[in-house]
Amino acid sequence: MKLTLKIWRQKGPNDKGQMATYPIDGIDGDMSFLEMLDVLNEQLIHKGEEPVAFDHDCREGICGMCSLFINGEAHGPDRGVTTCQLHMRKFDDGDTIYIEPWRAKAFPVIKDLVVDRTAFDRVMAAGGFVSVNTSGNTQDANAIPIAKADADKAFEAATCIGCGACVATCKNSSAMLFVSAKVSQLALLPQGQVEARDRVLNMVKKMDEEGFGNCTNTGACEVECPKEISLDNIARMNREFMKAALCHED
Amino acid sequence: MSVLDSKVPGGPIEKKWSAHKNNIRLVNPANKRNIDVIVVGTGLAGGSAAASMAELGYNVKAFCFQDSPRRAHSIAAQGGINAAKNYQGDGDSIYRLFYDTVKGGDYRAREANVYRLAEVSVNIIDQCVAQGVPFARDYGGLLDNRSFGGAQVSRTFYAKGQTGQQLLLGAYSAMSRQIGKGKIKMYNRHEMLELVLVDGKARGIIARNLVSGKLERFSGHAVVIASGGYGNVFFLSTNAMGSNATAAWRIHKKGAYFANPCFTQIHPTCIPVSGDHQSKLTLMSESLRNDGRIWVPKNMEDVEAIRKGTKKPVDIPAEDRDYYLERRYPAFGNLVPRDVASRAAKERCDAGYGVNATGEAVFLDFASAIERYGNEQATMAGMANASREKILEMGREVVKAKYGNLFQMYYKITDDDPYFTPMKIYPAVHYTMGGIWVDYNLMTTVPGCYAIGEANFSDHGANRLGASALMQGLADGYFVLPYTIADYLADDIRTGAISTETAEFDEAEKAVKDRITSLMSIGGSKSVDHFHKRLGKVMWDKVGMARNEQGLKEAITEIKAIREEFYKDLRIPGAMEEFNPELDKANRVADFLELGELMAMDALTRSESCGGHFREESQTEEGEAKRNDKEFTYVSAWEYTGNVSEPKLHKESLEFENIKLVERNYK
Repeated sequence: MKLTLKIWRQKGPNDKGQMATYPIDGIDGDMSFLEMLDVLNEQLIHKGEEPVAFDHDCREGICGMCSLFINGEAHGPDRGVTTCQLHMRKFDDGDTIYIEPWRAKAFPVIKDLVVDRTAFDRVMAAGGFVSVNTSGNTQDANAIPIAKADADKAFEAATCIGCGACVATCKNSSAMLFVSAKVSQLALLPQGQVEARDRVLNMVKKMDEEGFGNCTNTGACEVECPKEISLDNIARMNREFMKAALCHED
Repeated sequence: MSVLDSKVPGGPIEKKWSAHKNNIRLVNPANKRNIDVIVVGTGLAGGSAAASMAELGYNVKAFCFQDSPRRAHSIAAQGGINAAKNYQGDGDSIYRLFYDTVKGGDYRAREANVYRLAEVSVNIIDQCVAQGVPFARDYGGLLDNRSFGGAQVSRTFYAKGQTGQQLLLGAYSAMSRQIGKGKIKMYNRHEMLELVLVDGKARGIIARNLVSGKLERFSGHAVVIASGGYGNVFFLSTNAMGSNATAAWRIHKKGAYFANPCFTQIHPTCIPVSGDHQSKLTLMSESLRNDGRIWVPKNMEDVEAIRKGTKKPVDIPAEDRDYYLERRYPAFGNLVPRDVASRAAKERCDAGYGVNATGEAVFLDFASAIERYGNEQATMAGMANASREKILEMGREVVKAKYGNLFQMYYKITDDDPYFTPMKIYPAVHYTMGGIWVDYNLMTTVPGCYAIGEANFSDHGANRLGASALMQGLADGYFVLPYTIADYLADDIRTGAISTETAEFDEAEKAVKDRITSLMSIGGSKSVDHFHKRLGKVMWDKVGMARNEQGLKEAITEIKAIREEFYKDLRIPGAMEEFNPELDKANRVADFLELGELMAMDALTRSESCGGHFREESQTEEGEAKRNDKEFTYVSAWEYTGNVSEPKLHKESLEFENIKLVERNYK
């Protein structure tokens, strides 16, 4: 198929940036969206132009490195997939496709479609863990049975890939879905209980410092999340936060 | 071969590791604070090592080329992690896991290392659960297990088809805690391009900041390479796009021997290539072979009808299907090890029975599992008169709970729904058993330079069993290296901080700069991918699933020619000191072009078949791999001599004191 690509080009963090138009031909429905961009880049290199910079790595929907705001939607029009798993059969011959980076104050653009998501790492470092050292003498893994339903819910929250689609989608650039997924995972498991209060307070505090916006319960993040992380996690985090804030001895 | 001292401690195999831990030196907590350790790579091995060493008190500098340590390719491991817990009471033990791993590796791994791996496997599960890794559980709240290839017990722990993700996020959480404390200094978007030696010891690295493009110097008292495998030499593999061998190759060129480079794993169940545009291949987890049955049609007319689309796979009755793994290997059936399953698929496709347009695909069929599970559910619910449709629907729900994400991935990529039609699969490059040679302490032949996880060669011999990569990565990182490294660092408690303003660092940085400048200034006409694809094709055709002398010799000549052309006709747009993904790729492919040649040379020297290395000249009448223990019970360890085409071969002979070498039989 034949397509017209409108792509955000920005030389660096301080460049103003602009949309550029690239016609492209010979695109096959079985190609992934990123393979389509590979074809474009190969052509640009051949013509002596700068290829379009975009983040990607595993190309199987799990590393969370790829991003892209495609026709106004994080990871494009398909549901439950990342950009690397979006296939060109979702588009029609003659389509014009707009490709932009994640847009959020906390995710500054590095180049073209590549943004800096280290704010997520800093939120994680503020409390996204269980404080247990590697020792080789922790108790036996089956010592504490965990109800299957809780384990499954914790797992579902834990499948977040940290791609940032929730932030990019949210009109307030809120990171609540991301943060709540980790808070929920650990709050649902007995191992995470001991530090549950500090964890939620510290992670939320860091989230606010990093410049993410507030949650207004629109729910767009849940729709666009490639791992379909549930909004329930945000509710759970709010509950955890209230509980912690009320009981916290400071 | 005095240099190849494996340092395996004496004593009975089950006591070696505990005795060794009791005898090696320690570094006291106050002194650890004065010691810096560099860790390159943040996958399961690097991430767990960085976290554990930081917890112990060392100052860790960790590096990854991705934008966050959480993205390392361990994240993509699907099926599970082995551990000799025997929670199922099916007769598993440390010895059995050890035995299966040595046998699975076709008797080309070091016994003592494998035993240690099996021994610490039980600690890994305990550690991960303590971190909050949400493994699958049964209704009683206890951990669930499944089976993987090459084993007759259920010892694989899993989290749906996302086990690697959950384990890596566990290690990443542990790292995050240390990053928050300042004990790990994390360098994202950095690629190691050189090892710095001071007085013959590894004392630092030169890394390129991939955002600014600038070269940066980092010093440490030891350097740990945890940068994964080299499957991307083949261009198409299940590795991530950025997975590369550069860190490993750089230390090789500074004196670390490279072991068994020809031992590569071709995974039997991957989504087949769909066209020339293909940038990578996607794995469908081995766990699917618990419930999926592999087949091709018995009759050529059916094969042709399927290719033409006039017949659907479901139209072919059971008696006209060839379940070739069940036919050839009744004892293990669909759960034979990966090398065996891959070759069997190739055999059928070479014979003309491939079921897609390219003739390179076989079916992985879930229909019988769906029916079996559906019946089970109906019985449990007391639905004696459930309709067939209802039974299948319930069966699909069970399959979805087990493999939902894999089925969704398959559907998104191929547009075929595997709940209703069999998957099409074909073997693809997945893992490399070969890697940097290390001794029992995981130290390379360069003092102070260690290699862990897939980057080293140590535990899987000539073929890795499923669910053992996660086990090895975490064993090395959580439970082995943090102890063994102390024995070396005990000499460094008085060394003090290592300066990066020295002649050695100047020289190393200049070498990198010169290398990049020469690449940038070629000004040719072809992109990096052009050369990478050509290299990959040679590797797949001639150093892939089946190898022979003539093909390997041709491969060596062809790789050299591609390499020469690369240095004459490469075009890299942009500049060195900027964000430049094409330059990042060029650095990696330059190294692949050298490593590929070594792989072919190693495959040529090893004229036996073993594990994933199949030499056509060495097979039984039934077409099974034929080992030659008399001549080849050794590890090949290659030394760089200053000329990539003339490496020197060293041999570490393998002694088997606990396991008898027999023909590997899965029948």
